[in-house]
Amino acid sequence: MEELIEILEDLHPEVDFDECDTLIDDKILDSFDIVTIVTEVNEVFDVAIPAEELIPDNFNSAKAIWELIEKLQDE
Amino acid sequence: MQTNVLEYLEKIAPVFPDKTAYANDTDEVTFSQVYSRSKSIGSFLLSKGFEKEPVVVFMAKHPNSIIAFFGAVYAGCCYVPIDEEMPRHRVGLIFDSLKPRAIICDDITWAVVKEFDYSGSVFKYDDICEFEINEKALETVRNAQLDIDPLYIVFTSGSTGVPKGVAACHRSVIDYIEQLSDVLQFDSDTVFGNQTPLYFDACLKELYPTLKFGATTYLIPKNLFMFPIKLVEFLNEKKINTICWVVSALTMISAFKTFDKVIPEHLRLVAFGSEVFPIKQYNLWKKTLPKTRFINLYGPTEATGMSCYYKCDRLFDEGEVIPIGRPFRNTQILLLGDDGQEVREGETGEICIRGTAVTLGYYRNPEKTSESFVQNPLNNAYPEIIYRTGDLGRYNEDHELIFLSRKDYQIKHMGHRIELGEIEAVVNMHDEIKSSCCIFDDDKKRIVLYYVGDVSTKEMAVFLKAKLPRYMIPNVMQQLDTMPHTANGKIDRNHLKKLYKGE
Repeated sequence: MEELIEILEDLHPEVDFDECDTLIDDKILDSFDIVTIVTEVNEVFDVAIPAEELIPDNFNSAKAIWELIEKLQDE
Repeated sequence: MQTNVLEYLEKIAPVFPDKTAYANDTDEVTFSQVYSRSKSIGSFLLSKGFEKEPVVVFMAKHPNSIIAFFGAVYAGCCYVPIDEEMPRHRVGLIFDSLKPRAIICDDITWAVVKEFDYSGSVFKYDDICEFEINEKALETVRNAQLDIDPLYIVFTSGSTGVPKGVAACHRSVIDYIEQLSDVLQFDSDTVFGNQTPLYFDACLKELYPTLKFGATTYLIPKNLFMFPIKLVEFLNEKKINTICWVVSALTMISAFKTFDKVIPEHLRLVAFGSEVFPIKQYNLWKKTLPKTRFINLYGPTEATGMSCYYKCDRLFDEGEVIPIGRPFRNTQILLLGDDGQEVREGETGEICIRGTAVTLGYYRNPEKTSESFVQNPLNNAYPEIIYRTGDLGRYNEDHELIFLSRKDYQIKHMGHRIELGEIEAVVNMHDEIKSSCCIFDDDKKRIVLYYVGDVSTKEMAVFLKAKLPRYMIPNVMQQLDTMPHTANGKIDRNHLKKLYKGE
């Protein structure tokens, strides 16, 4: 989880990723961020996020992204 | 001969009165609604004494904002679209250079404008879109309008930190729409899926052909561009058959293997531009949609939308570059060398544009205008302005134009044109900053900021977000103890690039 937070903080140092659960709803993340996150997650965690998992609910909070990574790692 | 873009609307409204002209995911307006409401807004502005001046349209992206544009034009004014998400600082700079007397808002931006130091008039769209139409007043204004009068002003990044307002006249836009429609082959069955913001010239491709042909434009919700499957489903649901998008929006779909799950079913035409299309991604699109036409477009805002096109009729090999091809009819490209003369076939030169599509220049900025809107150096017989793009190009063996690079520090990022100097100028506004420099990582498409000064990257991010649009915020920020300099005292960008790659 810490490594994920680091990736996110590189993109938005001013956001509190432990707390925020409206990353998409409040337009904090944009399409560039999503592309970067997917690329970095692939590099750091060796997990490829497939297109069908690219939905708002999976990206609204750091926790949601982390749960997605864990789910994909288990598969 | 057509001399006003509104003639498109006036011809088509009686033909397709009840057809949808512009829509988003929830709302839509018909051609007759566009026609009557824009005339209402025009009549209202005239009743308040606004004529032949810039009218700011400060609204969220919505079919109504397009009606507001045409409303301003009915009053003989030019429209200035401003992004509702633009930081206050930047809107303030734009107001400084425009000194607008009238702003049209929606319910949300209404509250935002109140926070500005602005003394002019502010009108709510909903309050004026049903105003009583004054045919006589509209006719008087129209009779006095010429096709060389400005139609819109859009703002583009300026290297000194102040955005430049590019003003384009009716004649340039009509010329562009006619030539573009010829090549792209729009018709009344065309259903556009608009991606680009309404505050740039890129949306001309959808807004005006919709009127010319009685086509339909869907403004696609911005957040769909983060979620590729939902995006393609939207295209299919709305039967969108024509898209003119920036490359990054297209690669977002193909790179995530979206086509394994869902394929755009109705696309007849994919036009793309503003950036280089990675060949691997282009080939994925081309193979998935073999019957769809793919067209590469190239052009600066200063020459009204797009100037060149290339019909991509084949797959490309890795390492190949998709040409920008040839200019639209009634536009000429000159490749000029440092001596101001045309370079020889195959040699590199600066891409310069001549033709009706060359815009009027930068609004209230004669200095910047005279730097790039210049007398054609090949013509010493009479006044003739060409636009120097600052882009370098050359012709390949098949006499197709190829874009090579920039002469300066302008970059293309997420489809937006950005002067790295503008970002640096804003960084340097921070009291603690001693020195700063931005470089662009072309491979990963990241803006990288280096700075010297006692400011945390967190503080810097907050500072910049208050002053710059989202797409100009550096993706990587790094504090340095000292800035590297070259022997002659300039910031050593090459050293910074090495430093960045060594990370």
